[in-house]
Amino acid sequence: MGLRTIAVLYVGILVLLPVGVLGYRTFQPGLAEFFSALNDPLAQHAFQMTAIIAGVSTLINAVFGIAMGILLARYEFPGKRLLSAFVDLPVAVSPIVVGLALILVFGPQGWFGPVENSAGIVVINAKPGMIIATVFVSLPLVVRAIVPVLQQAGMEQEQAAASLGANAVQRFFRITLPTIRIALAYGVVLCLARCIGEYGAVLVVSGNIAGVTETAPLRVGHLVQDELDTQSAYAITFVLMLISVAAILIGAFIRRRKKI
Amino acid sequence: MSIDLADAPPAPAGGVSPVPSSGGGGRASAGRGVQARQPFGRISGPTLGVLVLWVSLIVLLPLTAVVGKAFGSGAGDFWSAVTEPRVRSALELTVILAVGVAVVNAIMGTVIAWVLVRERFRGSSLLEFAIDIPFALPTIVAGLVMLALYGANSPVGINLVGARTGMFVALLFVTLPFTVRTVQPVLLDLDREAEQAAASLGAAPNAVFRRIVLPQILPAMASGSALAFARALGEYGSLVYISSALPFKTEWAAQVIYGLLQDPTNVDRTTQQASAIAAILLVASALVLVTLTVIERRVARRG
Repeated sequence: MGLRTIAVLYVGILVLLPVGVLGYRTFQPGLAEFFSALNDPLAQHAFQMTAIIAGVSTLINAVFGIAMGILLARYEFPGKRLLSAFVDLPVAVSPIVVGLALILVFGPQGWFGPVENSAGIVVINAKPGMIIATVFVSLPLVVRAIVPVLQQAGMEQEQAAASLGANAVQRFFRITLPTIRIALAYGVVLCLARCIGEYGAVLVVSGNIAGVTETAPLRVGHLVQDELDTQSAYAITFVLMLISVAAILIGAFIRRRKKI
Repeated sequence: MSIDLADAPPAPAGGVSPVPSSGGGGRASAGRGVQARQPFGRISGPTLGVLVLWVSLIVLLPLTAVVGKAFGSGAGDFWSAVTEPRVRSALELTVILAVGVAVVNAIMGTVIAWVLVRERFRGSSLLEFAIDIPFALPTIVAGLVMLALYGANSPVGINLVGARTGMFVALLFVTLPFTVRTVQPVLLDLDREAEQAAASLGAAPNAVFRRIVLPQILPAMASGSALAFARALGEYGSLVYISSALPFKTEWAAQVIYGLLQDPTNVDRTTQQASAIAAILLVASALVLVTLTVIERRVARRG
């Protein structure tokens, strides 16, 4: 058996076969079932929650990512390596541990609990906590997408612009942003896909309340775990899968453009 | 997940490459010419302050809280939490599965990367696409995908629910891209002339691979496997359905932590126990990141 056969069989059996079976099971009962499962009010609410959480988290990470990317690519300062390591750390941390960590700090019994109480803010079991958890797990994606581009581009254009009298804001919008825009788009797509799909960390901090803090991935978990309605779970899963496939294709498209 | 083929050129055709490079800016700036290193004046204090504060608030502080909680009531409580028989069995299974996943990925990931780089065949772009699926899929979707094939009414007649084998297969699924996507760019950049010279001097293909190719891709194989190991160690969503969490059989670390957090009796005690297990996972993740940095620095120095 050649190496090619081994590689194709391995990936085929491990990935393509199960994904195909899932697609088959989703549509086996017919299209009407599929759409009625998606029209369920709880499913609709879950998708809305996912859109809000993923949208806000991606926006936060994009702004943070640009600032942090510029900092890491262009400036030297003591502790830079350490800061860089902490930006990467979230990808190696278990999502469940992320959730636990946030409860310990932002929970009612946590370090900031008294402050939140007196200010009347609820973080855990509500949207703010879910957003912080999602931001945590997708923290490095935008940063890592734009740092190599910033390093490659160097500083000459910006220095020229500065010497001609452009201020920092003008330099950012006229030079930096156009330089990184493709890499930024790529990072944002990755980040958005990750944010939409986050399960473990959001599960822990959301309290998992159906119709209130339930996102689409949480809804799937809920439906299967409690054996409520596997068919609806398949329908929501299929939509999430379509979003992932779209992310892969858009990512590939952006990268191909970058090469030209 | 997420995460990047380092600042290496993005993997070739298609796909999301979410393996974040762990080296950070420091290493990358080393090779890229003078202008990249030239500072643009000094960073303003407030800007640096705000960014550092943000990372501390979101990442550093919460993780410190976990370690603090784990040891807050003394090292004895930490020790008794992690040596409790059920917890120990779960931790052992988690480590064994993660090591197994790292080993299989080192081999299979390299084979797949090799085939993708060295052979052109019909369907190779489908293979490229398939490699990216596990990264892009939400973990809970990966769990349901596994259940669809290996669940109670499996279309192929294999029921892996409640079996360690099922957990292993699910972990192989979610970690598939790591080694492929770290080894692939290195193979692409490899200078073929040394291989051709060796072959023309009579070296067998196996010897060429072992003596010339392998030493050059070994660091990439190691860092890909380390990432797969870290991912497997903390995985939750894709294992929920397939494992059934049977005590002493298919319970694993992340699920034991979640279970403790759901336990409403004596919240303080269970949170401490959960934090103790979490602290062990955290230390393991940190070790993996340190290993990756060491590997990257060695490679940078050598070449």
